[in-house]
Amino acid sequence: MNPWAPFEWITAIRFLKEGRMQSLFIITGVAIGVAVIVFMSALLSGLQQNFLKRVLTSSPHIQMIPADEVARPLRAGVGVIEAAIIQRPAQRLRSIDQWQMIRSQLRSWPDIVHVSPSVSAAALVVRGNASRSITLTGIDPEVYFNIVRIPEYIVAGEARVGSDDIVIGLDLANDLGVTIRDKLTLTSANGTSRLLTISGVFDLGNKIANLLSTFVALRTAQALANLPGGVTSIDVTVADPYAAETVAQAVMAATGVRADSWIKTNAQFFTAVNAQQSSNTLIRSFVALSVAFGIASVLVVSVIQRSKDIGILRAMGTSQGQILRIFLLQGGLLGLAGSLIGTALGSGALTLWHKSQRQADGSEIFPLVLEPQLIVWAVVLAAVTGVAAAAVPAYRAAKLDPVVAIRG
Amino acid sequence: MADPLPVVRLKQVKKSYGTGTPVAVEVLHGIDLTLKRGEFVALTGPSGSGKSTLLNIIGLLDRPTSGQLFIVDRETGILNEAQLTALRGHSIGFIFQAHCLISAFTALENVMIPQLAESVFPNDAMRVRSAELLEQVELTRWKDNLVSNMSGGQQQRVAIARSLAMKPALVLADEPTGNLDSKSADTVIKMMRDVNRKDGTTFLIVTHNMDIAARCDRTIEVVDGMIVGTSK
Repeated sequence: MNPWAPFEWITAIRFLKEGRMQSLFIITGVAIGVAVIVFMSALLSGLQQNFLKRVLTSSPHIQMIPADEVARPLRAGVGVIEAAIIQRPAQRLRSIDQWQMIRSQLRSWPDIVHVSPSVSAAALVVRGNASRSITLTGIDPEVYFNIVRIPEYIVAGEARVGSDDIVIGLDLANDLGVTIRDKLTLTSANGTSRLLTISGVFDLGNKIANLLSTFVALRTAQALANLPGGVTSIDVTVADPYAAETVAQAVMAATGVRADSWIKTNAQFFTAVNAQQSSNTLIRSFVALSVAFGIASVLVVSVIQRSKDIGILRAMGTSQGQILRIFLLQGGLLGLAGSLIGTALGSGALTLWHKSQRQADGSEIFPLVLEPQLIVWAVVLAAVTGVAAAAVPAYRAAKLDPVVAIRG
Repeated sequence: MADPLPVVRLKQVKKSYGTGTPVAVEVLHGIDLTLKRGEFVALTGPSGSGKSTLLNIIGLLDRPTSGQLFIVDRETGILNEAQLTALRGHSIGFIFQAHCLISAFTALENVMIPQLAESVFPNDAMRVRSAELLEQVELTRWKDNLVSNMSGGQQQRVAIARSLAMKPALVLADEPTGNLDSKSADTVIKMMRDVNRKDGTTFLIVTHNMDIAARCDRTIEVVDGMIVGTSK
């Protein structure tokens, strides 16, 4: 007997060892349940982080754009409107008024990390007989690449944006049959054309983005869009991406320029994340419940099988509290042992699956995220579930009449 | 020389089952009994006479419906469950017919159980005390064996050692030789008698065996829940 282990621990462990077949089965059951929880949680967390990383590194946290133009009603006098129907005006391409001042204001904002003015305009890209409509984005690469990390997505060439350079998406390059150092003619909506050289090809992992997005120097875009010295948007990153909406609201109130956060523009993504988290929680709860019932059923049987032992222990001076603790400990130990094996199983299965599942280009589908908190949480939860599940059988054991118990 | 102190005193102890229901049955009808220190007493009677119920009440495993029970001069009627458990663990040892050992433990560990229940952490003093008791019942060689691997006679000797672990004032034995062959039964009774003479421990032995009863200081006969006779 271990001199450091109290009587209840010694007895609980001996009882579990003696009924080793029963203990083994329930530990296996708990382990499978915990493995499922660990595997699913880590998988979902990895997929979520991957998606989040892609969204946050391929778009600004906040985009500031000029407010929509609205037609003012023609008034004949105070309170008298002449035209009953007011047609919404077409939104022409225009610059953010006083953007330099707003940029300075944003740079000094405590929660804002990067500020990059840019020009976005529709254009037509022509190569021989083929042409595609694209979104032309004029940027200052020094700051813009801190917000949208195009260099990380480059698959050919480099993310160089000189005055005659253009960086295009992989799908557009495939459609046009072009590669780096090839020339493309860009024609803007106002008819201005410019011949540019492809300096890099990127893959954002999204076909539409790869077809439509192109990046040129800010001055080139200003010339093509006929906005000399103007910008159509100011892109912003913030220290805490999840606080983007709050910051956007504050910035909008301070500058009077419309500010859209990534949270608002990706509302569907958040709905999907919430739905995923809810279903994950539901599955976890059901698994935990089945683990709890498994432990409880084994201990109920154990109390019946051990009733004589309980009676003997009571006759030998063992208190009701000690009996209660012996069975609670058994529940806790079953949960703990099962959860330790389960986390090892779940982590192993996830690592194997992560290695075997690859994207077409050989890169990982999602980053392997095995957070220590998840493992600690799973182990603690299983142990607590075990103790909770043991409560009823343990109480029954403690309340057994020793005379009846000894008689069997 | 003054009379030895009573270890057990029962005053008008009654026990009923199903009290308050139409099928209420009184199994003990006002028992008066005193067991003195160092007595070796047999409790006899036919099956269903109330011997085991009386033993369970004296052993604090059951409570009387009415009357008073004193164990080592402590009135037990006023004690709560925890106090009764403590008194039982400290002052009373049990030997059951079916030896009733914990099969998950070795012989030595079984003897340590009453001490562990009180002190919680195992220590060397407990080990030494338990080893001495096993030596007393001639089981030193088997002390580290699981009790499930021992013979019936050996198990009953472990039960005797265990009953003495707390140096109790009283040992209650319910048919201690009921499952044993005559040779083992003789050894077990001899050992109990030795302890009784050496340590002055009071023994109350429920038995149907008249030879065993004849080896006791006195015999109390219970019939239909009443003490009908005491003989020396």
